[in-house]
Amino acid sequence: MIYLELPKNLRVLANQAHQIGKNVFRPISQKYDEAEHDYPKELDMLAALLDGLDAGGGRPDGGGVAGLKQKRGGDEVNNGANMATCVGLTELCWGDVGLALSIPRQGLGNAAISAVASAEQKKRFEGLWAAMAITEPGAGSDSANIRTTARLDGDEWVLNGEKIYVTAGSRADAVVVWATLDRNLGRAAIKSFVVPHGTPGMEVVRLDRKLGIRASDTASITLIDCRIPKENLLGNEDIDTKEGFGGVMQTFDNTRPTVAAMAVGVARAALDHARELLSKEGIEVRYRGSIHSKSAVEAELIRMEAEWEAGRLLMLKASWMADNGIPNSMEASMSKAKAARVANEITLRCVELCGGEGYSQRGLLEKWARDSKILDIFEGTQQIQLLIIARRLLGKRSAELR
Amino acid sequence: MDNEKIISEVMGGGLRALNKLAGSPLVERFGLHDRARQLVYEGAKRAAETAKRLAPKAPRRAASGRSHKFDLRLTEEQQLMRDTLRRFADEVMQPAAREADDHLAPPEGFFEACSDLGAISMAVPEVLGGATERVSAVSQMLIAEDLARGDMGLAYAALSPLSFVTALVHWGDERQQTALLRSFVDKGPIGASVAVMEPHPFFDPAAPRTTAKKKGSELVLTGEKSMVALARHAKWFLVAAELPKLGPRFILIERETEGVEVSDETAMGLGSAGLGRLRLNKVRVSIDALLGGESALQPDARAAYHDAINRSRIAWGAMALGTSQALLDYVIPYCNDRVAFGEPISHRQAVAFMIANIAIELESMRMLVYRAAGRVDAGLPCTREAYLARTLCSDKAMEIGTNGVQLLGGAGFIKDHPVELWYRQLRSIGVMDGNLLV
Repeated sequence: MIYLELPKNLRVLANQAHQIGKNVFRPISQKYDEAEHDYPKELDMLAALLDGLDAGGGRPDGGGVAGLKQKRGGDEVNNGANMATCVGLTELCWGDVGLALSIPRQGLGNAAISAVASAEQKKRFEGLWAAMAITEPGAGSDSANIRTTARLDGDEWVLNGEKIYVTAGSRADAVVVWATLDRNLGRAAIKSFVVPHGTPGMEVVRLDRKLGIRASDTASITLIDCRIPKENLLGNEDIDTKEGFGGVMQTFDNTRPTVAAMAVGVARAALDHARELLSKEGIEVRYRGSIHSKSAVEAELIRMEAEWEAGRLLMLKASWMADNGIPNSMEASMSKAKAARVANEITLRCVELCGGEGYSQRGLLEKWARDSKILDIFEGTQQIQLLIIARRLLGKRSAELR
Repeated sequence: MDNEKIISEVMGGGLRALNKLAGSPLVERFGLHDRARQLVYEGAKRAAETAKRLAPKAPRRAASGRSHKFDLRLTEEQQLMRDTLRRFADEVMQPAAREADDHLAPPEGFFEACSDLGAISMAVPEVLGGATERVSAVSQMLIAEDLARGDMGLAYAALSPLSFVTALVHWGDERQQTALLRSFVDKGPIGASVAVMEPHPFFDPAAPRTTAKKKGSELVLTGEKSMVALARHAKWFLVAAELPKLGPRFILIERETEGVEVSDETAMGLGSAGLGRLRLNKVRVSIDALLGGESALQPDARAAYHDAINRSRIAWGAMALGTSQALLDYVIPYCNDRVAFGEPISHRQAVAFMIANIAIELESMRMLVYRAAGRVDAGLPCTREAYLARTLCSDKAMEIGTNGVQLLGGAGFIKDHPVELWYRQLRSIGVMDGNLLV
């Protein structure tokens, strides 16, 4: 039965998350945009609040990234953890994307653990805040080309390499590091490893200064003969060349819709605020009449809203598929590609439409326009998403459509 | 006639219609017989249950029996309809599309084949002699999508009578329904069309320039309607006109009425729907011709008209989906087969990314159109959603159309391939407003 509205419980959750975005994030949004590498202490309180709500079963971010997993299908339609996480994250990011990325224990590493760890590992790493380290100076989107190595020495893995762009890389408790067991075996040999901060050999060597999401720390990390227990390899250590990237890449099917959700949130923030400012100039949005007889700015606001709805609904679709055991690789990429590019366009356009008021740092519109850019880059750039979608549609391997 | 007799006769109509679907040679040919049988069984069971109740008036709003969860699944009935129509679109409509476009008319036997499919029956509730428990905007949207996947022009031809019937079901009064519906369900309403569009820039269906002035117990209509499907053959037109001080309303007009002048109209595309222009030259009709009768003179009848505008935007959105899907399905094998510089052109990102973007924007349109239709069925307001769906489809459908031709290059420009046809048809999205509804 086609019905594309949020169920009541998710509307309640969205509203709670919206309140956090509005009352916790917005008041400190500018502060941590300016004080780029200061730790937002306010978030410790928030983490406690979320944990409390979690214990009471009413968590406004839907249980967070740890709940992201592909469910098995059943007869009943399910609006589960994936959708709840996306809905909650949308509203938190309406508040502030950088701060939402800095909520303790909500790192992408946690999503990786949730997606590929064994039951024993999930238990052992429970409550751990884990960042994710994939990108290297010589391998960004080309993640099969990772040079960080993992060598088994007795009961320990020995990691060597350099990682960059690690979101929450210094604040998290641990880093999930992608490394290869054998560079000659390509993608299949790439595994992920949980490396707790404080492990000798792993060091945060710098924090990046960035265009946006400045409340979130982005770290460069070196690994020099860094030894971790054998059991910290997530999933299994077999190199299955048939499965290829399968294991580690699975994480993305779950996390890409969450990035789409972030994009939907920040774009909505810009749209809401631009409409508010423009209404003071007498610009009203009416969903009637020919769009061609409207003022240019009213037509533009409507067009942006239509595009925004597209990103939002594709995001909900991808998360709905995950909740209902329907493979969603392509749809996850579609949602991320669409929502992120639209969010970037909308936030930039809103700055332009609002003129000096939009560009000034006395307001937040310019900040959202800076924040939104990363959403079309991390977790796979726009171009990587298009490659994934095109390969799927055309039935091409990565060696053919490169 | 006593109530019970009416009910049993009406139930009979419902079962007849269902039986027609189940017995359709097309259903048989497409190997869908078992599932159709299951539906008939359920239909019969429902009919028996309904017969126990007193026959209610035609439901204005579909009853809400949903789970209130976000859901993208089709009902079994919709899935069966979809499977059948897709085969019909691919095997019957697509091969006939080119010739129909050249001849500016549907091929011989087209309406009979449509009628066999039972699409009309799905638009009419059991209590009015149709085949469905509750009339669903989603179901009709899916029908429009699947037919437009065969050919948008032919789909327009097939859906115009269906839209007429749908309007009658939702907003007609009992007298109008009795007079017109039964014959449509039985024979297929090949002779009916909806005329809202007018030939001028900034056309707004909420403010038609065609007027209907009340003179005593009569209405006098003056104005011009364009892009009306089946104009040459339609016996009945549902015309939108502005009633002074009341706003726009629908009026049932018989073709033979004095002052009705029909002329052929060719357009960039959609020619196979047999387009025509309708001139209303002081056309006098009884006030009973107002859709909904006297009650349509009440100020609150305005809501029904605006409901129709929303439903129209959903219908044209669905048309955009179907044709865009056909285009996507066509360019994929083409670009995989077409070799240049020693490899398939689909190995180039410049080509592959265009195809990825067609898929993304198609799915974007689909989500917005489906959402608006879902809201109609749930009884939720959908003016904003339908407007946004129309806005997105206006931009994206044409983008898809022009990129479809581009992907084929010179081959896309000549009539050996259907993409130039789709290009012309997809330009109608964003232009057409009102002449169809779900």
